[in-house]
Amino acid sequence: MIENQSSLAKINDLAFRIVDSDLFYSFSRNPIVVVSAVITFVFIIAATFAPWLAPHNPFDPASLDLMEASTPPVWLEDGMSKFMLGTDDQGRDILSTIMFGSRVSLIVGFSAVLFSVFVGVGSGLLAGYLGGWLDTVIMRLADVQLAIPAILIALMINGVVAILLPPQLQHEMAIYVLILAIGVSDWPRYARVTRGSVLVERNKEYVAAAQVIGVHPLFIMLRHVLPNIMGPVLVMATIGLALAIITEATLSFLGVGVPPTTPSLGTMIRVGNNYLFSGEWWITFFPCTALVTLVLAVNLMGDWLRDALNPKLR
Amino acid sequence: MSIKFLSKISFAFVTVALTASPVFAENVIRWASQGDALTSDPHAANESPTHSASRKVYDVLYYNDKDMKMTPWLATGHKLVNAKTWEFSLRKGVKFHDGSNFTADDVKFSIERALSPTSDLKGDISSIQEVKVINSHTVQIITKEPNPIMRNQLTNVFMMSKAWSEKHKVTQPQDRAGKQETYAVRHAMGTGPFKLELREPDVKTILVKNNNWWGLKTYPHQVDKIIYTPIANQATRVAALLSGELDFILDPPLQDLDRIKNTAGLHLEQTAQVRTIFLGMNQGVKELLTSNVKGKNPLSDQRVRQAMYQAINVEAIKKKVMRGYAVPAGLITPPAVHGYTEALNKRRPYDVSAAKKLLTEAGYPSGFSIQLDCPNNRYINDEGICQAVVGMLGKIGIKVNLSAIPKTLHFPKIKNRETDFYMLGWGVSSLDSHYVFNYLVKGADKGWNGTGFADADIDATILEIGKEVDFPKRDKMIAKVWQKLRDNVNYLPIHHQVIVWAMSDKLDIPIVADDGVRFIYTKFKK
Amino acid sequence: MIAYIIQRAFQALAVMIVVSLVSFMLFNFVGDPVDNMVGQEATYEERVAMRDNLGLNDPFLVQFARFVGNAVKGEFGISYRIQRPVADLIAERMPATLELVIASAFLSVLLGIPMGVYTGIRPNSWLSRSILVGSLVGVTLPTFVIGILLIYIFSVGLGVLPSFGRGEAVQLGWWSTGFLTVTGWKAIIMPSVTLALFQMTIILRLVRSEMLEVMRTDYIKFARARGLPNQIINFGHAFKNTLVPVITIVGLNLGSLIAFSIITETVFQWPGMGFLFIQAVGFADIPVMAAYLVMVAVVFVSINLFVDILYFVVDPRLRADKTVAAGN
Repeated sequence: MIENQSSLAKINDLAFRIVDSDLFYSFSRNPIVVVSAVITFVFIIAATFAPWLAPHNPFDPASLDLMEASTPPVWLEDGMSKFMLGTDDQGRDILSTIMFGSRVSLIVGFSAVLFSVFVGVGSGLLAGYLGGWLDTVIMRLADVQLAIPAILIALMINGVVAILLPPQLQHEMAIYVLILAIGVSDWPRYARVTRGSVLVERNKEYVAAAQVIGVHPLFIMLRHVLPNIMGPVLVMATIGLALAIITEATLSFLGVGVPPTTPSLGTMIRVGNNYLFSGEWWITFFPCTALVTLVLAVNLMGDWLRDALNPKLR
Repeated sequence: MSIKFLSKISFAFVTVALTASPVFAENVIRWASQGDALTSDPHAANESPTHSASRKVYDVLYYNDKDMKMTPWLATGHKLVNAKTWEFSLRKGVKFHDGSNFTADDVKFSIERALSPTSDLKGDISSIQEVKVINSHTVQIITKEPNPIMRNQLTNVFMMSKAWSEKHKVTQPQDRAGKQETYAVRHAMGTGPFKLELREPDVKTILVKNNNWWGLKTYPHQVDKIIYTPIANQATRVAALLSGELDFILDPPLQDLDRIKNTAGLHLEQTAQVRTIFLGMNQGVKELLTSNVKGKNPLSDQRVRQAMYQAINVEAIKKKVMRGYAVPAGLITPPAVHGYTEALNKRRPYDVSAAKKLLTEAGYPSGFSIQLDCPNNRYINDEGICQAVVGMLGKIGIKVNLSAIPKTLHFPKIKNRETDFYMLGWGVSSLDSHYVFNYLVKGADKGWNGTGFADADIDATILEIGKEVDFPKRDKMIAKVWQKLRDNVNYLPIHHQVIVWAMSDKLDIPIVADDGVRFIYTKFKK
Repeated sequence: MIAYIIQRAFQALAVMIVVSLVSFMLFNFVGDPVDNMVGQEATYEERVAMRDNLGLNDPFLVQFARFVGNAVKGEFGISYRIQRPVADLIAERMPATLELVIASAFLSVLLGIPMGVYTGIRPNSWLSRSILVGSLVGVTLPTFVIGILLIYIFSVGLGVLPSFGRGEAVQLGWWSTGFLTVTGWKAIIMPSVTLALFQMTIILRLVRSEMLEVMRTDYIKFARARGLPNQIINFGHAFKNTLVPVITIVGLNLGSLIAFSIITETVFQWPGMGFLFIQAVGFADIPVMAAYLVMVAVVFVSINLFVDILYFVVDPRLRADKTVAAGN
């Protein structure tokens, strides 16, 4: 009981601290950011609970009826009430597919960005702060990778994995391979920018001061240098999320993305793109709108977060 | 790259700029398709767009005309001297673009060139032992075995000038392991209806009318100039036609056909192509690579294959995926091919409950899982067809995982037996069933018959068909093989492809079943 | 300074060797070229003969050594697909790609920097907000959708711009340029806008965020206190300080413009290297792919080297301590 109470108190305390913080103050004062947060939240909920919320399960091919393909949205002529936003070329309900597809896109996007931020910032910090041969190795590695377009890196990783994995597993592993491929292809950008900033930061007095009083280098990096470079990294990461989702679509465009039977938002747009001239605009319009809304919301939040977290801007 | 070549190119640009002015009121055709011909060398690539391009500049001994009827072309007649010797008389008064005469020496040279190690056509005409010049306008072709379809096999063997080839050191096709580009890769000089004026691979090709062509009296076309641009992206291609930048596109996407049809000034032509789309199932192995059934192969059971057959609703695929532009198939070869009959093409009925019953009888009441390998850039809406099949098989409990990949990765999987269940389309250039049997029915460890089907009796019959010159007897054997294939359900036929061309109303180009444009039949409307 | 450049040049060379190794290995995964070269009727023996002829059966190291040896001489062999020397192909296609990339880089810098400065100086004006939101919408749409939309509006709808190709090109020595004809200028508008949009957004956002930070620093406050005119503060003091990261990004983005031109060139049928490359991928045309990658790597590495040197020039703090920048 006592333990419970204390943890309850802790939560209370935490909630109070959040509501009372500068961050929350700045958040609640910015209507655009509040709207963006709500939108992002709605997307995450819709994606997470898609199997229970969506009217159909577009990822179950057996439930599709090809004869219902290319049905227009419900308010148009020939529209069907069970398909609010119409169906695509295979008879998938567009609304449900957007919900399921956002799930795929969000998982791929977030995981890939996390991966490249973690690897990129980590190696950039080490390279910039410690210098020496480690710096040379890491930055040359980044150079090597930057010398090959990201799409090709992703293609290569896909190719290698396709050879290493047994055929039955390839289908299930496709999404993890994508995360790895996109994540790996993007880390050098973070590494370079991080290192560049670290080079400038580490010559500043506060770092020298910290060194003089005997603070551990690792601690200096994490406590003092890292917060100072989070601004550019956050900006990059927000764009990186859009980039990851678009890279996923481009890879699907080249035929190595997620399987066509479990489309992501990018795949839906890519497929729908072919129907732009034929009048079946809804196949690409709604997924496009969803993607733009989602990425816009995330980006706007990223912008705000960047300004809010930056001590220099307070 | 030499300066000389560049100056030629820039000269060509200037001439283009000058001649493109509308003062001359030329009949120009600006057209596009997805991919360019691979080379101007007529023997260096065995590929339909390349043959189609060669056919405009080079002539053949026998020509498949707009109705795919074999027509005497540079050869005017033939006689069979003995079972292995064909004698051809050649057309007189035919001149190459450079004004020199076409003679029997050029025929011998061209066929030998097409048989040389670096030629890509050598497989098609491998039955040829020797070419003999009898006189300036008579040649004999001696074959290793009796070959009933010799003339059909010559329809893609283009005639080059011996003198020109020797002058430009192109007596052999381009060696791909070589270092230098041969002259014939971007230059062409034949006896054909058009002269090659400019060739920039993947960018632009310009042909102009050959006013001295021997066939002008019979085929009096009015085409003065043809400008070809490959446009890979389908939406861009359609846009260029809709905006009037092009007069003709070879491969409009099916979903845009309605819009093209309803656009003023544009119309469509359609015909059945000599290509059938089908699915292959590996019935030959002990255990499938991608199935959850272990220790046995469900596809070895004829009932399972038939169940899959009957679960596929080809009419729905035709209507929704192909937008009506397909002919449902019961046979893996199209109507134009010798040996095809309506009876053989009749499909088993689409019947989900019958399919379920068959699966239950075979011991798979709740189905099984398998991977379907599918190309995504080879056939018309290939990936869409496969997706539809996945859904249909799902309804009888077979859980299909779809892997849709580019053709360069897909085809080796079939040939190396790395797939259980795959899509393939087969076109037949010789228009004869034997060609299909040889590649798709005859048992083999490697190659295109990925079904693992091997039957000694059938293999022997196929061998016989290749040599039999008694046609009624040969036809009976062909029918026997088809019937066996049908009963055994080696393949799941989907449809015969229908090709559609879209063009401006000022043009009328008759569509040809092999998807190769014959501009000599073009009519202009004023 | 000279020692530093030499050192970096050596590193660049090492990078190139690794890139050629990677790009060479890459191609073992893109399919068997022989399948595309011998036609579907070829026998097994013909395939083996073809592989032998191409040297594809040699040990890996032998193949690689041959590749590097020839690459140094500028020989990348004959394209499997269109049977022409790859060096010629690349030389012919490069002008088209570089003109597209240059046009896009100009567009993105000329529009991105002023907009970034403006949104940085006046972060709360409605114009800043609409610029930011507008740029985000632009960057969110995949490149191929933007391209098709532009074609739909300006070619099919209005009929003012060509949907494909680069118009009439004029040969200037070995360089073919589209900048000397009206059709050439018309043709480059849509592809370069499509390609520039993404880079412009990145530059805009970066300049804005740097400006925002610099504008809060003490020395800008001092400058204001001294009564300097706004223009001098904004551009003479603030903007100059944002240059280091901007140069990094602009430099790096030049390279990625070349990479992204693959997609733009495919949509607009732009006859450049990217389009050549994507055609080669579909055909497993190994010599073309290898040459393209090595070419792109050369460009990237040179740009990186250039950016590193520029750091010296722009940021005096780095000049003071050479070892810092060299990473030793």
